[in-house]
Amino acid sequence: MYDWLTEHKIPLGNWLKSFVDLLTEHGQDVFDLISLVLGTLISGFTSALLFVPPLLLIALFGLAAWLVHRSIGLTVFIVGALLLVTNLGYWVATMETLSLVICATLVCVVIGVPIGIAAAHRPWLYTALRPVLDLMQTIPTFVYLIPTLVLFGLGAVPGLISTVIFSIPAPIRLTHLGISSVPANLYEAGKAFGATKTQLLFKVELPYALPTIMAGITQCIMLSLSMVVIAALVGADGLGKPVVRALNSVNISMGFEAGLAIVVLAIVLDRVCKRPERRKKS
Amino acid sequence: MPAVEFRNIDIVFGNDVKGALALIDAGHSREQILSMTGSVLGAAGVSLAVERGEICVLMGLSGSGKSTILRAINRLNEVARGEVLVEHKGRAVDVARCDEATLRDIRMHTVSMVFQQFGLLPWRTVRDNVGFGLELRGMKGAERTRIVDEKLAMVGLTNWAEKYTNELSGGMQQRVGLARAFATDADILLMDEPFSALDPLIRDKLQDELLDLQRRIHKTIVFVSHDLDEALKLGNKIAIMEGGRIVQAGTAEDILLRPANAYVAEFVKHMNPLNVLRGTAVMRPAASLPREGDCVMLDKEGRVRVKIDGEGRPVSLDLDGRVGLLASADGEAGTIDDTLARNADCIVAPVDLKLKAAIELKRHTDLPILLVDKLGTLAGLCDDDEIYRGLLRRLDG
Repeated sequence: MYDWLTEHKIPLGNWLKSFVDLLTEHGQDVFDLISLVLGTLISGFTSALLFVPPLLLIALFGLAAWLVHRSIGLTVFIVGALLLVTNLGYWVATMETLSLVICATLVCVVIGVPIGIAAAHRPWLYTALRPVLDLMQTIPTFVYLIPTLVLFGLGAVPGLISTVIFSIPAPIRLTHLGISSVPANLYEAGKAFGATKTQLLFKVELPYALPTIMAGITQCIMLSLSMVVIAALVGADGLGKPVVRALNSVNISMGFEAGLAIVVLAIVLDRVCKRPERRKKS
Repeated sequence: MPAVEFRNIDIVFGNDVKGALALIDAGHSREQILSMTGSVLGAAGVSLAVERGEICVLMGLSGSGKSTILRAINRLNEVARGEVLVEHKGRAVDVARCDEATLRDIRMHTVSMVFQQFGLLPWRTVRDNVGFGLELRGMKGAERTRIVDEKLAMVGLTNWAEKYTNELSGGMQQRVGLARAFATDADILLMDEPFSALDPLIRDKLQDELLDLQRRIHKTIVFVSHDLDEALKLGNKIAIMEGGRIVQAGTAEDILLRPANAYVAEFVKHMNPLNVLRGTAVMRPAASLPREGDCVMLDKEGRVRVKIDGEGRPVSLDLDGRVGLLASADGEAGTIDDTLARNADCIVAPVDLKLKAAIELKRHTDLPILLVDKLGTLAGLCDDDEIYRGLLRRLDG
């Protein structure tokens, strides 16, 4: 029985491979186009970030943090942390990573938030979506890294796609949560005063769900950042590269410094993105 | 044309609407319908007309269907059968069947609503909450600001315009809710237990304010309440509901004096009749007073006589041969001039004098009260005996 079972292997892997082959054969133009658009987006962001002199950009980050949070401690910390990264020689790599994270988050928000809204309005859609989201978050990254590599070629784009696959469940789930927890009496208030479906969405549902959606976006940023090293494996530039190189050459000091730079970027992004308390007295 | 009229409506929540309707027709109760079809009977066979300018209170325990039918007026609840007619731009529109555009127009211009849990948007300031309905309508800038400021002044919140709603107390939040409802200038106002979430003192104050506003703006108000005192205080008309059906609809006095069944009687048992009953209900009618020629006798011995003229108006008083002085008290509150009261021998008051006011007058002057209608015709007598019977609600005996 056991022998029979092992001898008659179901060619699941081959099926998937044939599917990917089919895609490359017939859809190559589409994938090339996507690759081109995303590639341009990432390199555009990177060049923009690198165009500004580092010290000026750090000052701008500090200013933005001050304007949003009005906290001296946080501002000093952010400026100090970024200066440290520059001192270690990872400024360019940090900006490359930042641009990858921003692009991935942008793509996630543009796709994820509407999907979350649609799912909140149609319970059957969320039921269908949930196992897919679970799969996207649990399946080992390397598994879909290979087909994305085949479809989009080497570089930042397959890194971005993998990052998006990994992080997009967060904004979808939290948008769904936020929209579906809008209290019934707010809906009714909107309807009773004659709101259309669009007005309900933009004047009642989205403002109510905004804090939750923002939490989803913050999570999305953090998840994207955690994919930096993976993205480096398929050729994306950024802080992942020195980490991978350090791993290959057993270079402890380089690994530590690059890792520290990733952590610093994570903390800075997290602190900046955390929404300030709703202004009560203004 | 009534401002709002329910014509034999049934409301069913659940999937098996057809089955439930068939069971309603067969006369089954709400519990039977639930166990047989899995659908909940919201309302059955409700017919009610609310006239323009009237405050109609829907009363009942929770689950009696009062909010359910209120929400049918602006179609927050769908009606399974029957018509809900709302006067919109001069004609009666069946809200239950009208198209989306008409429904939206009605919601924006004709019917507005105040909610129990206020339903305010916490991310907006008081000003932006009040302007919500106008904003949905597409009204911009200066005009909106003008109307919002006017309504804020009306509810006394001018100084709070820029605050967020969670900085306000419950009573203030509901005033924002009221201002928001008034802002669209709708003729019909739906109020779904608007004051239930407030503490008793604030509730009382807001009820007074609402009555005060109503005297100025004359809306048609459909008000849901589970509090009989509130219903009797506010309502020109009261509809008592039980199990999705209206068991009695009428004026406060009607309900208090002639409860339609044991349920209503139980409901009104502990009611305070002082604010509800009026002279009309307690008085001894003029026709039943003993007469002698053009005089009406106020006591058994015939020593106190009131002379009436050809129109039935009391003109003079005869106390055992002595000429007495008639003093008149004004309004349903029965206000009277002090010096006049001291010298008078009998008081003439309007027939809609409240029982409470009659007692006050009686305590103040210890004089019999003659009630006259709007034309001045003698309508009846209200003395100690009538007042006591009114208090004990033994009006037929």
